[in-house]
Amino acid sequence: MSTAETALGAPAWNDPNRVGHHGYGHRPGGEPTGHGEGGPASKRVIVGFGFWIYLLSDIIMFSAFFAAYAVLANATAGGPTGRQLFNLTNVGVETGCLLASSFAGGMASIAAAVRNQLWTQISLLVTGVLGAAFLYLELHEFALLVAQGAGPTRSAFLTAFFSLVGLHGTHISVGLLWLGTMMAQIWAKGFQGYIMRRLLCFTLFWHALDIIWVALFTIVYLMGAG
Amino acid sequence: MANYPEAHDDTHDLVPGEEQVDGYDIAQGIFGYVLGLVFASGLTVASFYVAGSQLIWGAGIPVALIVLAIAQMGVHLVFFLHISTSPDSANNILALAFGVLLVALVFIGSVWIMAHLNANLMPMSQVMQMQR
Repeated sequence: MSTAETALGAPAWNDPNRVGHHGYGHRPGGEPTGHGEGGPASKRVIVGFGFWIYLLSDIIMFSAFFAAYAVLANATAGGPTGRQLFNLTNVGVETGCLLASSFAGGMASIAAAVRNQLWTQISLLVTGVLGAAFLYLELHEFALLVAQGAGPTRSAFLTAFFSLVGLHGTHISVGLLWLGTMMAQIWAKGFQGYIMRRLLCFTLFWHALDIIWVALFTIVYLMGAG
Repeated sequence: MANYPEAHDDTHDLVPGEEQVDGYDIAQGIFGYVLGLVFASGLTVASFYVAGSQLIWGAGIPVALIVLAIAQMGVHLVFFLHISTSPDSANNILALAFGVLLVALVFIGSVWIMAHLNANLMPMSQVMQMQR
């Protein structure tokens, strides 16, 4: 087995810049896979990588909203500032909900990996309930702001605030819709390959939204209120 | 023993968000997420505490908050999205690095340019006078 490696020089499995590189020829153990120098990566690997690219492009779009907010944070036009408006207790509870929701999503991916229908459904339900609680708190905050006359039309600061936080909330809403259909699909169709790939993409999406929320509560709420 | 796995067997490849598939250990998988949850909660609590306390000198608070946020994003990437230093993560890390570069260009670039524009712009009262 070592002869195969030395004949080829650098072992093929050692090339890090290759999607699904373990599918190519030689494994770390030196055992050939039986089909020469390999073939395409599995669908799961390619789908996961592709969705990762989408998530990164989504984060780049968010960065434009973050930039707009950072530039306009002091353009209050004589209106209320973040220090007067933000309720950090509410934001703390929102953060806790989203973090716990992300954790429950991770539990769902473990339950699905061992093909446990009951725990997958329970974990996804907890993920969804916590996500809905987050969304409720956010909409409640928006309603309070608008009621105080601090709606998105009041100042450039508030326009940027509602755009950025609202964009994240829109993603959460779409994620909840996706979550509901995932639960129905797992229930009706079981743990088939394409269902598992969709679940993988959903958990990636959900964890990524939590990462964006970390940036959001730091830049918007903590730095705005501090 | 000649042990040939099935053709194109790449079940050992990992994508972001995925656990090690072979020899899957539920307890270990859950432990990873619990560890991530503990770290992330700790960093979140620290962020909220630092923002509202006198622990750190005023001007240092934003820097401390940014450091805590970046640390928490790292925790999320490692424990929830399972980005690691393994060769399986190499493509994802390269894409991530490019994404971070673009985010930094868009965000820092915008803030930088707009701050300079603000500083160089004529005050509104003078603009009104010139239009008379």
